Amino acid sequence: MNKTITIDGKIVPFTDGQTIMDAALGAQVYIPHLCHNPEFKPHGSCKLCVVSVNGRNMTSCTMPAAEDMVVANNTPELNDDRKVLVQMLFVEGNHICPACEASGNCQLQAAAYYLNMLSPHFTHFYPPREVDASHPDVFLDLNRCILCELCVRASREVDGKNVFGISGRGIHAHLVVNAASGRLGDTNLVVTDRAAHVCPTGAILIKRQGYRIPIGQRTFDRKKISEVQMESTEEGKPDHE
Amino acid sequence: MNEKRKIRVATCSLAGCFGCHMSLLDIDEKLFDLLEMIEFDRTPFTDIKHCGACDIGIVEGGVSNAENAHVLKEFRDNCKILVAIGACAINGNVPALRNNIDLWDCFQEVYLYEGGLEGNQIPNDPELPLPFDKVYPVYEVVKVDYFLPGCPPSADTIWKFLTDLIEGREPKLSYEMLRYD
Repeated sequence: MNKTITIDGKIVPFTDGQTIMDAALGAQVYIPHLCHNPEFKPHGSCKLCVVSVNGRNMTSCTMPAAEDMVVANNTPELNDDRKVLVQMLFVEGNHICPACEASGNCQLQAAAYYLNMLSPHFTHFYPPREVDASHPDVFLDLNRCILCELCVRASREVDGKNVFGISGRGIHAHLVVNAASGRLGDTNLVVTDRAAHVCPTGAILIKRQGYRIPIGQRTFDRKKISEVQMESTEEGKPDHE
Repeated sequence: MNEKRKIRVATCSLAGCFGCHMSLLDIDEKLFDLLEMIEFDRTPFTDIKHCGACDIGIVEGGVSNAENAHVLKEFRDNCKILVAIGACAINGNVPALRNNIDLWDCFQEVYLYEGGLEGNQIPNDPELPLPFDKVYPVYEVVKVDYFLPGCPPSADTIWKFLTDLIEGREPKLSYEMLRYD
C-alpha cells in the first residue's frame, strides 16, 4: 500500500485495481460525479468526474490509478467543463425544481449549485415523456432521468430483478421498464428495493413521501454535495473491489 | 447640484406570477436605501407605460405570448444591462409544463369543456395577445446579461445582487444564496 498518485498536489495512496475515483474517495478528495456510486460498478456516462491525468482528460471513475499519475481535478477549466455538462443535462430534461419533490435532495441540482450554474444556457428540449404512476408505491417521471443507470444496476445487481433498462439511440435514449406492458406496476419492484431509492434526481420517487422535509433541513440545504458525498464515503466504507 | 445621477431601473413581469417582485419588496426597509441609489422607470410599481433609457432592466417570467415578446424586446432595446430574475425567466419553470400539451387542447379544455361556462367560446378579440406554442426562457428570445435564479430568489439574494450591480461590482452569490426552488 505504498503506491501513490497526486491529485491537485495532494499525495493519495491506492491499491492495484483501484480507479482514480476509488483512490480519491478513500482519501476524502471530492471529484464531482453523478453516475458513480461506490456501491456499483463504474458507468462513465455523466462525464462530470473527468480529470486531467498527466495532461490528458479522462473519466476518473473508469481510469485505473497507476503509480506516479499527476491528476488535476479542482481547476477552473475542469469545473467550467463540468458546468457545461450539467447545463446540457438540465436542458435535455424538464428540470422544474420548484415543482419537484426531489428539490433539495437532488444530486443533479446540488452539483449545479456546487458548480455555480446560474442558467441552463442552452436551448431547452422540453421532452414529452409521460409519467408512469401505475405502481402503487413508486412513480417515474422520465423527463427528469439523466440516464445514469444506477436504478438499472441496483435492480440487477442488488435486487436481482432486472426491472429497468435503457432503450433507444442518441437523444431518444430513455429509461424503460422491463414488463410486457412497459408499466412499472406490472413488474415485481417493491418499495423497499434498492432500485427505488438510488436515483440521484427526481426521476424515481416514492409516492406519498413528497415535501415531508422542511426547507432548510433537506440534504443539500446546508451542506454542499462535496461535503455530503465525502461524509457518506467515510461512514459507509464501501468496498472498492 | 453635484448629486450623483441615480441608476435607472425598469422591471416587468412577463409569464410570471409577480412573486419575484414580491420578493424584491421583501427587502423591507432597505427599499428606502434602494431608492436613494436608484429611480424606477417602467415597472409595476410606477405608472410609466413604456420602458425608456435605463441602466438595468429586470425581467420576471418566461415568454408565453406576443405581448411578452414585445415588452421583452423593448426592455432589451432600452436597458444597458438586462437581468433574468427567477426560474420562469431562466427555464420557463412551471408555466413551461404546458409545453408538452397542444395549445389548442389547452384552450378547448379551459374555454369550451370546463363546466359552468355559458356561451362558451375561445376569446378571439384582437386586443388579446396571441399565445405562443411554447413558453420560452427569456434568453432564448433576447440576449441576457445576468441570471438570478430562485423561485423566487430570496430578498437577501436580490439585495446582494442589486447592490453589487449598482455599485459596479460583478454580482456574486454565496452558496446559500444560489437556489433554483
